[in-house]
Amino acid sequence: MAAAASMAKAPLFVSWEMIGMNKGKPPSTSRRRCINVPRMPLLEIRDLRKSYRTPDGKVLTVLNVPGFELEERQQMALRGSSGTGKTTLLHCIAGILSPDSGHLRLAGHDLPALSESFRDRVRAVNVGYIFQTFNLLQGYTCLENVVLGMSFGRGGEPRFARTLLERVGLGDRLDYRPSQLSVGQQQRVAVARALANKPKLVLADEPTGNLDPKNGQEALKIIREICEENSAALLLVSHDPAVLEQFEDCRDLAEINRAMQEEPA
Amino acid sequence: MTLWLIVRKSLRQHLLSTVITAVSIGLATGLLMSIVAVKDQSMRAFTNVTGGFDAVMGSRGSKLSLVLFAVFHMDKAPGTLTLKDLEEIQGNRREIKTAVPIVVGDNHQGYRIVGTTRGFFDVEYATGKPHTVRAPGRLFREKSQEAVIGSHVARQLGLRLGDEFKPMHGVSYDPNAVEHSAKYLVVGVLEPSNTPADHAIWIPLKGAQNMPGHDAEVSTDISAILIKFNSARQGPIFADQVNKGTRDKTVAMIAPEVTAFFQRFEWLRVVLGAMAAMVALVGAGGILASLHNTMNERRREFAILRALGARRGTVFGAILLESATISSLGVMIGFSLYAGFIAAAAHFIAARTGVIINPLEPNLVMALAPVAIVALGTLAGILPAMKAYRTDVAENLIPQS
Repeated sequence: MAAAASMAKAPLFVSWEMIGMNKGKPPSTSRRRCINVPRMPLLEIRDLRKSYRTPDGKVLTVLNVPGFELEERQQMALRGSSGTGKTTLLHCIAGILSPDSGHLRLAGHDLPALSESFRDRVRAVNVGYIFQTFNLLQGYTCLENVVLGMSFGRGGEPRFARTLLERVGLGDRLDYRPSQLSVGQQQRVAVARALANKPKLVLADEPTGNLDPKNGQEALKIIREICEENSAALLLVSHDPAVLEQFEDCRDLAEINRAMQEEPA
Repeated sequence: MTLWLIVRKSLRQHLLSTVITAVSIGLATGLLMSIVAVKDQSMRAFTNVTGGFDAVMGSRGSKLSLVLFAVFHMDKAPGTLTLKDLEEIQGNRREIKTAVPIVVGDNHQGYRIVGTTRGFFDVEYATGKPHTVRAPGRLFREKSQEAVIGSHVARQLGLRLGDEFKPMHGVSYDPNAVEHSAKYLVVGVLEPSNTPADHAIWIPLKGAQNMPGHDAEVSTDISAILIKFNSARQGPIFADQVNKGTRDKTVAMIAPEVTAFFQRFEWLRVVLGAMAAMVALVGAGGILASLHNTMNERRREFAILRALGARRGTVFGAILLESATISSLGVMIGFSLYAGFIAAAAHFIAARTGVIINPLEPNLVMALAPVAIVALGTLAGILPAMKAYRTDVAENLIPQS
């Protein structure tokens, strides 16, 4: 209730500074005045619902999340098999999908209340997304893929992109295209790209799903280390027990998402 | 910078269609600029090379033929004038400042031999510029078989001072034509003037009139009289008086006649301009088609870019920038084609008439056509850009559970 009340007082306008675009400038005085306000979680979800209409006309509720929170720098794994709405949840958190109802506050922004353009900006600045199939841009080199990962947020900085690629062990593959890399190497490029905009939250959707166990473990290690080094929170969804058992904080997606327990309307 | 990276990658990935579309736009741009520029510059150049004279008097006939014949050495004389006509004109000091007779009927290797008086060379073909002879040459003597040759003729035929030639009958070269027995000695070569005078061989009037083989009864006839008036206002009035008051003579004002001549071809310019516009439209259609066809395969690319934080406006802008870039590449190709075409046209016109047009002369079409074509090409990108704008991120990001 308290969280819902605080959301009701959310400002009706959004400034670049609030989104995180003040580029290291000192916070405004109004922000400093808020210093005694109780600290809010990085991600806070209340009564979030998302449904689709099926081809036969039925309404299928995919998401029904009564409550969920993730703190800054927290690393959490969600156990979810195929069809449990994990990608829809991650898309809603990233602002790619707009929920039907409910509250979703990310880094202080009530995403459903924002325009699409502002959601794009919030995502560009605050979210890094690692996809199961990596979603690397095929015509672009590794370096360009990573530079693009930061271009829409705080601005492209090839030197930092290079550093990230070196950190994931691809310093000698900067000018390679994804098709010239192994699957494991492509995953590492995707990790570097997700961290390129120095996000507050990294979303990872089955990040090891396409990797063999050895490469999967290696990729997971890199993801967790880099998130830690960059003070980014990590929300990882997987159905692989070998991945999930490495997280102290591991929850079942079915517990969070009640939609699976509902009958189609 | 990011937009440019996206555009650069796409152009490289679709290199063939980019090149084909840019070339078709280039053809349209080049054609459009060439048509307008060649027409405008030739008209200006031809209007300016009157040799310093205002009008031509000749036997009754076409004014245009008279101008082409007397000034540009291109057509045939409609008839002849008598010595009396010349004397009347030269006696009209009130209106006429200079009247120079010419007689044309022979050629040497295809270059016309024009009989005239030394007075022709005193008239300034441009302000402060009378025809001059290269040292150590000189003008011909009025009663000698001597010739002064135009600079182009000297260069083309390799004639030099001291060389002799025999004129051939007729204004056009015919290897079977009668060669006159008279020999003419080259005593001077004109300095280049970029006027039709460079393309003729100049001999004394009497020499042309009394060329062996010509009919002795018409040995005092003249082909035409080049006229310079005391004032510009007197020209049209005098021409009107002669053209309406006599039945055997025509006076043609040179500059207005040249302008009217070019205006006769205005329809051609309109037709060619319309064709160029059609080519431009086809080029713009090519941009639309090639970009539109790639939209399906690029949906995932746009979805990924959007997932990275690119706004709808960013992908919309990327496609518009891409279409603007293709049309700009086309315009650059167009400028190259234009440069090649106008240089060839300038060479051809100079070789045929001696009139020099300046390929680098600024023309409004060189600014307007590129701007219009880039704008048209950019507009052609709007439809594909809208498609990119509407790309659904979640639908096109795979996999989805």
